[in-house]
Amino acid sequence: MMKHSITLTVNGDRYTLAVFPWRTLNEVLREDLNLTGTKRGCGTGDCGACTVMVDGRTVSSCLTLAVDVDGKEILTVEGLAPDGERLHPIQEAFIEKGAIQCGFCTPGMEMSALYLLSNHPRPGEREIRHGLSGNLCRCTGYNKIVEAVAEASRRMEKNNGAPGGGRKP
Amino acid sequence: MKAYSIVGRDIPRRDARSKATGSAVYTDDIKLPGMLHGRILRSPVPHARILNIDVSRAAALPGVKCVITGQDTPKIKYGNWRLFPATQDEYPLAVDKVRFVGDEVAAVAAVDRDTAEEALSLIRVDYEELPAVYDVRRAIRKDAPLIHEGSPGNVSVERKIAYGDVRAGFREADYVREDTFTVHPVSHAYLEPCSTVARCDPDGRITLWTSTQTPYIVQCLLASVLGMRENDIRVIKPFVGGGFGGKMELRPWEFCAAFMAKKTGRPVKFVLEREEELVFGRRRHPMRITSKVGFKKDGTLVAKDLKILLDGGAYNAMGPTATFLCGNFGAMLYRYPNYRFYGRHVYTNKPPASAMRGFGAPQSLFAAESQMNMAAEDLGIDPIELRLKNAQVPGDVIPDVATISSCGFVECLREVARMSGWNRKRKTHKPGRGIGVGCYSFISGGVFNWFNTQYPFSAAEVRAFSDGTVHLLTMASDIGQGSDTALAQILAEELGLRMEDIRVTSADTAMTPQADLGSWGSRVTLMAGNAVVQAARQIKEALFGAVSARFNLNVIYDFECKEGRVQARGRPDRGVSFGEAVAMAQKANRGEPVVARGYYTPRNKGLVTPAFSFGAQVAEVSVDRETGLVEVEKIWTAHDCGTVINPTAVEGQLEGSIHMGLGYALSEELRMENGRTLNRTFLDYKMPHAPDMPANESLCVDTYEPEGPMGAKEAGEGLVSPTAPAIAEAVYHATGYRCKDLPITPEKILKGMKK
Repeated sequence: MMKHSITLTVNGDRYTLAVFPWRTLNEVLREDLNLTGTKRGCGTGDCGACTVMVDGRTVSSCLTLAVDVDGKEILTVEGLAPDGERLHPIQEAFIEKGAIQCGFCTPGMEMSALYLLSNHPRPGEREIRHGLSGNLCRCTGYNKIVEAVAEASRRMEKNNGAPGGGRKP
Repeated sequence: MKAYSIVGRDIPRRDARSKATGSAVYTDDIKLPGMLHGRILRSPVPHARILNIDVSRAAALPGVKCVITGQDTPKIKYGNWRLFPATQDEYPLAVDKVRFVGDEVAAVAAVDRDTAEEALSLIRVDYEELPAVYDVRRAIRKDAPLIHEGSPGNVSVERKIAYGDVRAGFREADYVREDTFTVHPVSHAYLEPCSTVARCDPDGRITLWTSTQTPYIVQCLLASVLGMRENDIRVIKPFVGGGFGGKMELRPWEFCAAFMAKKTGRPVKFVLEREEELVFGRRRHPMRITSKVGFKKDGTLVAKDLKILLDGGAYNAMGPTATFLCGNFGAMLYRYPNYRFYGRHVYTNKPPASAMRGFGAPQSLFAAESQMNMAAEDLGIDPIELRLKNAQVPGDVIPDVATISSCGFVECLREVARMSGWNRKRKTHKPGRGIGVGCYSFISGGVFNWFNTQYPFSAAEVRAFSDGTVHLLTMASDIGQGSDTALAQILAEELGLRMEDIRVTSADTAMTPQADLGSWGSRVTLMAGNAVVQAARQIKEALFGAVSARFNLNVIYDFECKEGRVQARGRPDRGVSFGEAVAMAQKANRGEPVVARGYYTPRNKGLVTPAFSFGAQVAEVSVDRETGLVEVEKIWTAHDCGTVINPTAVEGQLEGSIHMGLGYALSEELRMENGRTLNRTFLDYKMPHAPDMPANESLCVDTYEPEGPMGAKEAGEGLVSPTAPAIAEAVYHATGYRCKDLPITPEKILKGMKK
C-alpha cells in the first residue's frame, strides 16, 4: 500500500507528511507531530476526548482519516494559547472554576466549548450542556465545566468577542 | 471551625494549567527511542483447558520482536495483593486454563501496533472447552463446574461477623422484614484507558511508567511475579486519567511490558482499547444481598442479619477485601445492637469484579437504605425520622470495629430535610413526582492491611531551602482527585508559606519516601496528610530553635510559622523570614540540609478505619407514566467530611459521585450473555452526559476529626452510595414501583406500575 502525501496546517504551522490512507488524524497528531494534548479515550467517536477543529468545525480526530483533511486548517488544544504565556479565556475559566480533575477529557471539552462559543457567544445553561453533550467526563459530573464555559463566555465578550485578548482562535 | 489561611480555600489545582494546555504527560503520551508496541491475545471462550499454543507464525511475522505465553513466564501467581497467599489465584498469562472470555493467553511486542495486532491473529490456541457457570446461585451448587481447584463450591472466601444476639434481637422485635436485593455490574469508565511503558536498563533493572493508583503495590507485586528484588523495579506514575478503583492491582500488561522489555532490551508500551476495558475489564461486583431487619414499634432497630453472595467472576482480584468490607458497611450508619453477617465470594466464568469507588458500600447501602425506607413506610414513621432515631452519634462503638469519633450524621439528616423542603414535598406531591432519601457512611482509609509490608501506610519528606521554598516528596498518588494540591495546602498551612513556595514530587517509588499504599479507600487526605503534618512539625522545631537562639529569647516563648516568617508568637519583631531561618538552622548544623520525614500508620483504631464520614442525600424525580422515563430534577446533599481542605475539590468529588450514582441507579449496566459482556463501546454503555445531570445543592456540616490532619477526613468515595437508594425511593414515591434489582429501568417501572 502506498503512502499519500498530505499537507496540514496545524495550529498555524504547515506540515507535509507521507501517511498511509488508514491513519487517523488522531494518530498523525499524536504520533507523527507529537501533539499529545489531543487524547484518545475510545477510538469510536463516543467520548470526545480526541475532539479537534478542522476548518473551524469540531470533529472526532479518532474517526477522521488524515488523508481526508489534506489541505485543511487544524486547531488542537496546543493552539489555544500558542505563545504559552497568556491562556485562552476558556482555559483560564476551566482552571479557576475547578472544571479539571483527571484532565483527560479537558482538551476535547475545551475544543467543544470553543466551537460552541464561536457560534453562540452567549449560550444559556441548556445550550452549554447541549454543546458539551458529545464529550464524556467521569470525574466532575460536568457542573463545573458548564460553569467554566459560562464564565469563558463572559470573558470573551469583554474582549469584544475576540478570544484570547484579541487573538483569533 | 478553626481558622486557617490556606486550608479551606478554593485554590486551583497545581496541575490545572498543564492539563488545560494539553502539556500534561499521561502514560500513552510517552515515547521512548526504540519503543515496541504490545498487544494481548485473550481467550474467546469462558472456560477451557489450554491444550497447545502455536506462536511460530506470529513470531515469524516481520516486525515482531517478542511473543510470550504463560509457559515462557516464571509462573508465579498474584491476586488480592499479597497478605493471604491462598487467595492469590491468577497468573499474568494463563498457564493451564482460561476462566473467562478475555482471560490473557499470550502477548506480542512488535515495531508498531498494527504489526502486533496482526501477529495476534497468527497465534493458534487449541482449547478443550469445559462447562461454564455464570450465576452465583448455580455456582455454589454441588454439581456446578469447578473453576479453581482448591475452592470447592466455587467459594473462594467466606467472612462472618457476629455480635450481640441476633436471635434474641428478632424475638424482641415488633416488626421484622426480610428482602433480597440484586445489584448489577458497572464499569469504572475512567476516560484514560489503562496503559503502561516499561524500560529495562542495561543493568537489568526495570523502570515502569504506568497508569496506576498504587505505584508501591505495583512495584512489589511486579517484583514478585518476575522473581526480582523490589528495589530493582522503579514505578513512576505519570498523570493518570482517573481510576475509581480500577487501577489498583498489578495488571497483566504491566507484567508483559516489563517481561518483554527485559527479553528484548527495548522499551515496550501497552495501551488498552476501550472495548477491552468494557468487555474484559474489572467492574463493580454484582451481588445478591439478603437482609433481615427487626425494629421495635417505635422504630428502634434491634437486629440485622445480612447475607451476601458476591459475584466475583473468574478470579479473586480485590474481591476478598470487598467481602470483608460489605460486612462492615452493612453495620454502619445506625446502631445495630445485634448484628450478623455472612459473606461469600463466589467464582463464576465472567470477567473478574474488583474494587470500584465505594468498594462494597454502593451495593450494601443500596440494600440497607432501601430496606430502611420500606420499614419506615410499614412502621408509619417518616424515613428521615426513622433514621434520626437510630443514627450513630460521636462515641458510639461498633463492636470489633471502632469507636466513632467525629460524626455529624444527625446534623446531615436535619440539614438535608431543611434544604430539600422534605416535610412539605413528602406530604404533598403531584402524581408522577416523588422525593426520596439515602444515606452513607464511609471509611477514611483502611486499617485492614491486606498488603503485607514493613513500611508505614503513608510517608512524606519535606526539604526546606534558604530561598524560602520547600520540596514535598510523597508516594501518594494524584489520579485526578487532587491529592498533590491538598497535601501542598496542608504543608503550606503548617509552614506559613504560599502555594507557590511548594514544589511537589509524588508517586515515584525510587525517589519518594517508602511507602504509600496508594489512592483507594479514601485514605490519602487523612493518612498522607498526617505524614505531611508530622514532617512539617519537625522542620518547624529545627527553625524555632535557630530563631530562639538568634534572639536569645526566654524559653517560655512559643513560636510560629506565619506569612513566610518564623517568629515568636505575639512578638513578630522577634523573627526572621522562613528562608533566613532555614539558613540559620543549616549553619548551626555544619551545613546539613533541613530535611524531615513524617509517617502515618493508624494506631488503636480497630481493624477498619481511623475515621468515618457521613452524609444524607435527597433526590426529587419526575417519572413519565407513559414511558417510564425517570428525570432526576434535583439532588440535595448534606455531608460530614470533617475540615474541608479545598471546597472546590470536595464539591468536585460530590458532583462526580452524583454522576456515577445516577448512572448506577438508572442507566449504566454491563449486560451479560453466556459470560460475554455485550457493551463494546461507550455508545452501548450509558453513562450520563452533561444534559442528564440534575441540579444539585450541597452543604458540609461543621465537624472536626481529631485523627485527621487539621480535622479532615474522607470526601471522595462515600458520596457515591446514597444516590441509588434515594432515587429508588423517589421513584417509589412517584409511581408505587419499588426497585429491589438495580438498575431502575423504564421497563421495570412500567411493569411495576401495572401490578
